[in-house]
Parts: sequence; structure tokens; C-alpha cells
Amino acid sequence: MLRVSNVTCARGGIPVLSDISFDVHAGQALILRGPNGIGKTTLLRTLAGLQPALAGEVDHPADEVAYASHADGIKTALSVTENLSFWADVYGQPVPDDIWDTFDLADLRERIAGTLSAGQKRRLGLARLGVIGRKVLFLDEPTVSLDGFSVRLFADWLQDKHLASGGVAVIATHIDLGITAPELDLTPFKSAPEAGGATDEAFL
Amino acid sequence: MIALLLRDLRLAVRAGGGFGLGLAFFLIVVVLVPLGVGPQTELLSRIAPGILWVASLLAALLSLDRIFALDFEDGSLGLLATSPLPLEGAALAKALAHWITTGLPLTLAAPALGFLLSLAPEAYKYLLLSLLLGTPALSMIGTFGAALTVGLRRGGLLLSLLVLPLYVPTLIFGAEAVRRGADGLDPTGALILLGMITAGSFAVLPFVTAATLRINLR
Repeated sequence: MLRVSNVTCARGGIPVLSDISFDVHAGQALILRGPNGIGKTTLLRTLAGLQPALAGEVDHPADEVAYASHADGIKTALSVTENLSFWADVYGQPVPDDIWDTFDLADLRERIAGTLSAGQKRRLGLARLGVIGRKVLFLDEPTVSLDGFSVRLFADWLQDKHLASGGVAVIATHIDLGITAPELDLTPFKSAPEAGGATDEAFL
Repeated sequence: MIALLLRDLRLAVRAGGGFGLGLAFFLIVVVLVPLGVGPQTELLSRIAPGILWVASLLAALLSLDRIFALDFEDGSLGLLATSPLPLEGAALAKALAHWITTGLPLTLAAPALGFLLSLAPEAYKYLLLSLLLGTPALSMIGTFGAALTVGLRRGGLLLSLLVLPLYVPTLIFGAEAVRRGADGLDPTGALILLGMITAGSFAVLPFVTAATLRINLR
């Protein structure tokens, strides 16, 4: 469902990862591993189409991609319900009724998002993935600031709802999510330091 | 697009949203001018069109840096860029939301302030008409400027320097329409040119804004 062939991605004009290839089939997840700064975020942003790849190709079904960054994109002046229904509207989806229990947000529905704790905000950010109904997810450290219980909630949703219905996820994480998925260590793909990529910075 | 427009309007009226800031600034600037110039009704009524237009330019400028900066900081801009809503649509929705929260209240308040500056009675309808035609261009051009400076720390000053020169044609034809109206001349030409600027910027700038955002989000 997702095919990545010989992708080289760059940050600030300098290639960080080269020649990455992998396939992820429907119902499968792939976990990206690697030390800080190896380029997990850059790779995910490239896959999600936020930045162009220097080389290689990314094939996935059109209009099925969603990206979740470090930042949750939560508006602190809006309530939890308003935040979620905004994203549901943007993606033209209804807000499913069970989303509140899935991410343990039922008691927080009317709260202003600015008053939530870091972990609660993160749960709200992850619940966004549940309302937008996209099949190919690129998740950048989805479990930051979540407690053990919330990590379980998220892993259960990923396993039972998303992957079980034929979805795909590429996840960069440092912890053990407790889902069965192949892992890809990015360290061997690190670009050689002298490899100069196409850059337009020379004119600045 | 409508969802984004409604969200931005809702955010603007919530705490810290800045709704009415531009309007309050406009009121204060226009009230300060008679105090500075002194009680010379004839002089005031001559400079009134220019003052009203310059004040609305500055008031529109005041809230521009919020258009994309807040969404950039909390990550929703990146999420919007990967959503099914095209960035061109997002740019248009943002500009419209800015106009509804800034340009429209300015336009509606301007006649009351024209009274304060003893604007010629014949000029009121042209003041209203020229602001109604011209302020959408201010919002659209400003949205483009905001996209250029998104991601820059303290980009507000740079934004003003980039955007104010682009506001010059709007200012010239807007103030000219009101002045001609006040002098009893035919302001149609200036109004048509003003409308052309607005139509042109709404036709072109959403695409330019979206391209700029894509580059800045890399």
C-alpha cells in the first residue's frame, strides 16, 4: 500500500538519509528507530509530502495520507469538541461517537483545550487521527508525554481499529508500543557527510 | 474552507483572539488627528479622506502577523498542508476571516469617524463604498505578506516593511475616490481601479500565498 523506493531526504539542503526503500502492506505498521538527529522527522515529513525528496519515489494511494507531528495543532482557545470537529469538517468526515471513549476524552469534551495537561492534549491530538479517516498515517513520536495507560489506549486503537481495517502506519518512536510490527533502524542509511545535495542556498 | 473560516472567526472572538483590536486602533488614530491638528474644520475636512484611509491601512496591518504565525507555532499549519483542503483555499479562508474581523468593522465605523473629521457630507457614501471595495485587498495582500514571514521570529516588523509598499495603490485610489466625492467630482474611475486591485489580488494572491507557504514549511 505504501512503497518507498530509494528515497533520499534532506534537511536545510543537506542530505541526511539516503537510499531508503521499504514496503508497507495494508494492515501493517512500520516502526522507525534511530538516535536523535538521524532524520526520522525529516523522513516522515518527506513521506507526507511536506518537503520534496532529493531522489527516489514515494508511492501511496492519493488522498489517503495524514501526518501527525510533534506539535498537536490544537487551538487552546477552542474546546476539545470544537477542535476535533474542526478537523472532521476539514476532512469531510463525521466525528465517530466512540472516539471519546477510545482516547479517554469523554470527561473532557467541554473543556477549553488550553486548560488540558500535556498528556491530555496529546490524546486529543491523537484522537484527530481517529476522526479524519485516513488510511496511511505518518506518526512522529506519537507517545510523547503520554502515561503508560494512554500509550496502551493508543496502541489498542492503532492495532484494533486502524490496522485491523486495512490501514497503514509509519511510526517514529523510542519506546515499545506493544504492537507487533517490523522495525527499521535508520542508522545504516545515514548520508555520508561529504555527499553534497542539490541546494538553492548558494543564492542567499 | 468554510470550516477553517468559521474556526478562525471563532478564535478571533475568543479570549486573546484580537477581534476589535484593529478597530480600536483605528478609532484612536482618527481621534488623535483632530487633537493634533487643532480646531480647524476646513483643514480637517480637506485631509479627512487621507487620514481615514491611512488609519485603516495601519489598523489592517496590526493583526496581519497573527494570520499564519499562530497556526505555524502550534503545528496546525503543517497539518493543514497535508489535509485535503488545498493551501490555496486555506489562504483564501484566512484572508476572508481577516477581512471580516478587521476590514468590515473598519468600513462600518468609518462614517462615524468621518463626522469627527468634518468630512464633506457628499463624501460619506464614497467613503463607505471605497473602503468596502478596498479593504478586502488589504487583507489579501497582507495574507501574502504573512505567508512570506511565517516561521521568522519577530517577523512583524519585516512584515510591515514588505506589505506597506504593496498597499500604496489601494491607498491612492481609495483616498482619491473619497476626495473626488467630497469635491463633487465623479469618483467612478478611482472606484473602478480600486475594485480592479481587489479582484486582481483575490485572483492571483491565493496561489502565490500557497506556494510561499509550501516553501516556508519545508
